[in-house]
Amino acid sequence: MRAKLELQENHCKGCELCVQACPRDVLAMGSNINALGYRPASIVDPEKCTGCKACALVCPEVCFTIWQVA
Amino acid sequence: MSKQIAGKPESMSPVVTHYCPGCSHGVVHRLVAEVLDELGLREQTVGVASVGCSVLAYNYFETDFVQAPHGRAPAVATGVKRANPNACVFTYQGDGDMAAIGTSEVIHAAVRGEKITCIMYNNSIYGMTGGQMSPTTLMGAVTATTPYGRGPEAGMPYRMAEILATTPGAAYVARTHVADVGNIVKTKRAIKKAFELQMKGVGFTMVEVLGNCPTNWGLTPSESNKYVTGEMLPYFPLGELKDVTKEVPAGVHA
Repeated sequence: MRAKLELQENHCKGCELCVQACPRDVLAMGSNINALGYRPASIVDPEKCTGCKACALVCPEVCFTIWQVA
Repeated sequence: MSKQIAGKPESMSPVVTHYCPGCSHGVVHRLVAEVLDELGLREQTVGVASVGCSVLAYNYFETDFVQAPHGRAPAVATGVKRANPNACVFTYQGDGDMAAIGTSEVIHAAVRGEKITCIMYNNSIYGMTGGQMSPTTLMGAVTATTPYGRGPEAGMPYRMAEILATTPGAAYVARTHVADVGNIVKTKRAIKKAFELQMKGVGFTMVEVLGNCPTNWGLTPSESNKYVTGEMLPYFPLGELKDVTKEVPAGVHA
């Protein structure tokens, strides 16, 4: 694992931009409904994350926090 | 051990924005907040919000903020900057605010060379009021007020950044877009340069950011980003339209 990814699901509006931006299929749309009434994205394969920040760059709600693991 | 490489900037409030799902306003807010953090300007920044979707921008920035009447953000910013010359003053406006009702204010702020930064979010439609035609709506585009597509009786869409780049007081004018990852990084670079030149007192700086409006275009967020890159880019060319720090002095042949 090269990066630790955290997703704030209760701020997510389910626009799917991060899922399409992720080059390694770390993210997918979840099946639950959050407090805002949207279907949020979820992290399905955190081991594959390389910390490229594509999801954090496209997310309009700044839901992602990423740490580089040394 | 581990270093944070992405997250919420300090200059941005930890709240959910009121923008629609997929709207690029949030991305531009984040870029401005990241630039303010990186330049260490948060404590001395005064933002000026416009009327439009970005009317509630003061809820999302952890800086001082003023909410200006429709289109008058550059005039309010002029007053703030002249009263407090050490402040970092920026306006955050949409295309309906800057290119329609506020054209006079922004052009004269640029002509006077006010040391402010104007961020214009151009999504070629009035978002907040329900998707009416704006001056930057593309020809043939169907909106609430042009149900058969924008025709010649409404004139051609005009390019705000090009107009401001011809004014003598402008120091830096750029157009970028935020519809893909690479250009989000380039937009941040342009915004950072605009704020740097403002703080050096070089002159008026403006960044026009092309963005989407998924709700009023009737598209999904990813389709609307494709509309930006496919339909808007041919009419609104990207690039740094004016940068006085790069210009070669008269009489010097590069």
